[in-house]
Amino acid sequence: MGWAIALHGGAGDIPRSMPSERRELREAALRHCLHMGVEAIKANRSPLDVAELIVRELEDNPHFNAGKGSVLTSNGTVEMEASIMDGNTMKCGAVSGLTTVKNAISLARLVMDKTPHIYLAFNGAEAFAKQQGVETVDSSHFITPENIERLKQAKETNTVQIDYTQRVEVKDASLPVPNEDGDSQIGTVGCVAVDSHGNLAAATSTGGLVNKMVGRIGDTPVIGAGTYANSYCAVSATGKGEAIIRATVARDVAALMEFKGLSLEEAAKHVIEERAPKFTAGLVAVSASGEVAMPFNTTGMFRACATEDGYTEVGIWPNETCDGEV
Amino acid sequence: MGGWAIAVHGGAGVDPNLPKERQEEAKQLLTRCLNLGISALRSSLPAIHVVELVVRELESDPLFNSGRGSALTEKGTVEMEASIMDGPGRRCGAVSGVTTVKNPISLARLVMEKSPHSYLAFSGAEEFAKQQGVEMVDNDYFITEDNVGMLKLAKEANSILFDYRIPIIGSDSCSAAVENPIQMNGLPISIYAPETVGCVVVDGQGRCAAATSTGGLMNKKLGRIGDSPLIGAGTYACDLCGVSCTGEGEAIIRGTLARDVAAVMEYKGLGLQEAVDFVIDKRLDGGKAGLIAVSGTGEVAYGFNSVGMFRGCATQDGFMEVGIWE
Repeated sequence: MGWAIALHGGAGDIPRSMPSERRELREAALRHCLHMGVEAIKANRSPLDVAELIVRELEDNPHFNAGKGSVLTSNGTVEMEASIMDGNTMKCGAVSGLTTVKNAISLARLVMDKTPHIYLAFNGAEAFAKQQGVETVDSSHFITPENIERLKQAKETNTVQIDYTQRVEVKDASLPVPNEDGDSQIGTVGCVAVDSHGNLAAATSTGGLVNKMVGRIGDTPVIGAGTYANSYCAVSATGKGEAIIRATVARDVAALMEFKGLSLEEAAKHVIEERAPKFTAGLVAVSASGEVAMPFNTTGMFRACATEDGYTEVGIWPNETCDGEV
Repeated sequence: MGGWAIAVHGGAGVDPNLPKERQEEAKQLLTRCLNLGISALRSSLPAIHVVELVVRELESDPLFNSGRGSALTEKGTVEMEASIMDGPGRRCGAVSGVTTVKNPISLARLVMEKSPHSYLAFSGAEEFAKQQGVEMVDNDYFITEDNVGMLKLAKEANSILFDYRIPIIGSDSCSAAVENPIQMNGLPISIYAPETVGCVVVDGQGRCAAATSTGGLMNKKLGRIGDSPLIGAGTYACDLCGVSCTGEGEAIIRGTLARDVAAVMEYKGLGLQEAVDFVIDKRLDGGKAGLIAVSGTGEVAYGFNSVGMFRGCATQDGFMEVGIWE
């Protein structure tokens, strides 16, 4: 038994040729968020609060696809979505189609805490946000120049809509290509946490996928797909939304533990290797007893974790982790 | 291989004082829908076609809460949602916040077949509907006089603002239950509109499919999304079974009810009826709901813990049943 925390900044086709300054920027952000989460857990904040806090921080960071830095729809607009779940009470909240709410994850938390519903979307969610007095900003706050360029690339190739994990093909990979930073299509941020009493929570947030149709909903706000927590584990998934929905990825990790008696690691591995098609998904998960699993079947996943016994990990590609230094 | 089987439902949670003639009307509609499905199955139509066909019929008839006859939002408008899933390949499609599409289930089918996504909502879903040339009608088409009256009663009861899930601390829940009339989703049962329609089918080749459609909760907030469009919550199909749920949406979402029927079959080795009983008993955590299910081997099953569920089922060997109460 002990606390544990894991977070991610998206899984997908992250090329190892990614320029080092871009990579370091993101590793630093992961490390910063991990540090923040560990401090919060040590200060005895509830896992639910910690998961929300860390996802807010990831949303505010422009280098990940959630909140500021969200990717754009085919109309060049931002439509963000998020969900949160408390393993203790099984209470949950979700939002979709947000255009002005600065921190989507906190609105999901308010849907959970302050309404009889679980899931509010589009105008209704925006109206609820105003009612609750959460911080709203002009849509332009979320739109970065990089994402405008990404949309342009996506529209030119017209393939991205079908499979956003595919990079725009480059004939000679060694040639520098403007804006071909490699992580452009990576979606979703998330955090899972457990305290030393075994209380669990999960939170996930995203801008969706580049060049998505207006109104498209992915796995992130869908309880059981992108996010799930109960008394066994907490899970946040990332990758190709349509594949994750179909495979009910987050719920299945918990279901395998509950119904088949698998360990967290076995369950997470089974879901990523056997249930989700190759190159589509990754997840971070923690169990009630403080274990951590972070499997993915994509090229890479921005991820970080720490446990009470002193283990930390910050990494992007498989078997290639750098020292956490938390 | 056990041959084909079909089940339909018109929602869980029925007023015990529902006039006899209304009960008869409901049974006649369920019978008509079953017969429609049976003749389609006899003509060897695949399961996915049959579930769509039957749910279209339920949507087009004003009796149940979906399509024409949908429950109204707090603003007196209709916002419908639906989802459909095909067991082979676990393909799926879903829509929410649809206001002018005559048959939301067919739009969900088109999202599955013709878009790169699996879930479209609100204006984006309407836009896609126009693009696909599906039949559109004015929002008034869906609004029935009965439901205008029901909304008025619901507003008077004002119960939607009351969170039925949070127990009042210190109160004796048993005596409270005795004093309160039967409630469903925070509404007195007399003004509760059962939330959903659905159909599940296994065809002669053992292919399962499920479809669910709804107008949602009477007096719901604009933008509220319930369980019906959520794959794994309201609807699920795989090789083992097809499942459609109805009842208190929030309890169904947190229980990932439809997926869990399949998950306990897959991971615990339960039979269909055992699996249905298990989830109704163990996964609803005090919530009120019901579901219908078929297995790939041609069995049919249903279960509910609410007061009544409009349902009917039939199998190839001649069994047929239509009922409301236990």
